[in-house]
Amino acid sequence: MLARRSVVRTLRQPLMVVPSLVFPLLLLSINSSGLESTTMLPGFPTDSYFEFALAIAFVQGALFSANSAGTNVANDIESGFLNRLSLTPLRRVALMMGQLSGILALGLIQAVTFVLVGVAFGAGIEAGLLGAVVIVAMSLTISLAFGCIGAFVALRSGSGEAVQGVFPLFFAALFLSSMALPRDLIEIDWFQTVATYNPVSYMLEGIRSLVITGWDGEALALGFACAGGVALIALAAASSALRTRMVRT
Amino acid sequence: MSRGGFWSVALAVGWRNAHNFFTNPAMAIPALMFPLFFFTAFAGGLSRVDSVPGFDFDGGYTTFVYGFVLLQASAFGGIFTGFSIARDFESGFSRRLMLAASRRGGIVAGYWLAALVRAVFTVSVITVVALIAGLTIDGSAVDLVGLYTLAILVNAVAMLFGSGVAMRLRTMQAGPAMQTPAFLFLFLAPVWVPYDLLTGWVQAAASVNPVTLVLEAGRGLLSGDPTEVLPAFAVVLLLAAVTVLWAYGGLRSAERVA
Repeated sequence: MLARRSVVRTLRQPLMVVPSLVFPLLLLSINSSGLESTTMLPGFPTDSYFEFALAIAFVQGALFSANSAGTNVANDIESGFLNRLSLTPLRRVALMMGQLSGILALGLIQAVTFVLVGVAFGAGIEAGLLGAVVIVAMSLTISLAFGCIGAFVALRSGSGEAVQGVFPLFFAALFLSSMALPRDLIEIDWFQTVATYNPVSYMLEGIRSLVITGWDGEALALGFACAGGVALIALAAASSALRTRMVRT
Repeated sequence: MSRGGFWSVALAVGWRNAHNFFTNPAMAIPALMFPLFFFTAFAGGLSRVDSVPGFDFDGGYTTFVYGFVLLQASAFGGIFTGFSIARDFESGFSRRLMLAASRRGGIVAGYWLAALVRAVFTVSVITVVALIAGLTIDGSAVDLVGLYTLAILVNAVAMLFGSGVAMRLRTMQAGPAMQTPAFLFLFLAPVWVPYDLLTGWVQAAASVNPVTLVLEAGRGLLSGDPTEVLPAFAVVLLLAAVTVLWAYGGLRSAERVA
């Protein structure tokens, strides 16, 4: 019931669905035309910046998921819906996953759209059809990870404004990663170090490997480990915050 | 100076909005963080781009990116002031302000003063960070006066555009209508690489985008090699004239419902 409510509530709000599809695609288009010349750098892994930048759309879409998830949970707190739920014998993890179903549905729409747009505009997915399926799976894991962080912030603060306030930090995580260039081509030492410790770099590189290289076990393992790890930690933190909030109730 | 006069209203509105900006972290932090993120991400993450064949800007990549971020911070200082205007309409403050002010042009002038304060603060912080990160300024004092005058004019154009939208729609939901055109104009310009290295539809868009001219003039002034300065000023002054009319129309529209 909660999952169905979450899916319907998310997908029937154009302001949640449309920007999360349009903005990543717009930036992909601008970036790939603006930075095509960087493929001339020695060591750049592909001759198409569009293929390189395609992975950014998936992570950026997931960032919008975090915002949506957090806003939805905050609305439930502010409207008293969560208070009423606390009277039912629901398990916390089930409640959390129910709340996040809408984000996973949105993540699925985003991932399939980005794969189709990528292929339509000439990005050959080197790992083939199965690789496209794995891209969608990784993208969903990333959406879940960021969605859990958004839900955690909402549960801790109980405020939609706080979720909006954290949004720039998610973008900082994306910007301070190997988003624009491969890590070994980043010239500034401190930036390269930050990008190396930033899990978002490995999420991008996991998707990127399937588009550019083919099947790269290490990149995939690191990508799934980072996305899954962040998802697990954030889910545990959100469940704990949910328990605290329900005790307060 | 009468209490309802032009400058009295302008100074009161300017002071109130500048005060709100500095005392409300939810307003000050995003205004500061976004240009800083852009500067850090692109000056740091893309610094190797200056090795691309055809990259002909002498000042280095940090300076190249600073030229854009300066323009971006100035423009968004103006656009975010449009958000404040919309918020004042939602809260009912603007309606009371309209009743109190006999010279209502002072209201727009006051918001412009606030936009200017916001931009000066943001640009100052970004400039300090950029200098620490290796910004090199080869332009003379006159070049720098030209550069920052250009930035102030861009701030005024963005603020006047935002205020025109905010005063017509009078809701915070007008945010995307202010932000999206500004975003598109800024990013459909030679942001990361010089114009000649752009490809595809972005190069076509940049060729007719007035921001391209302003950005190239700004970078030229920074590197001590002024190019297209007069056309850039002409374009910005023309945009300022158009947006003054746009903001004036917005004010008239708001007066009708006040």
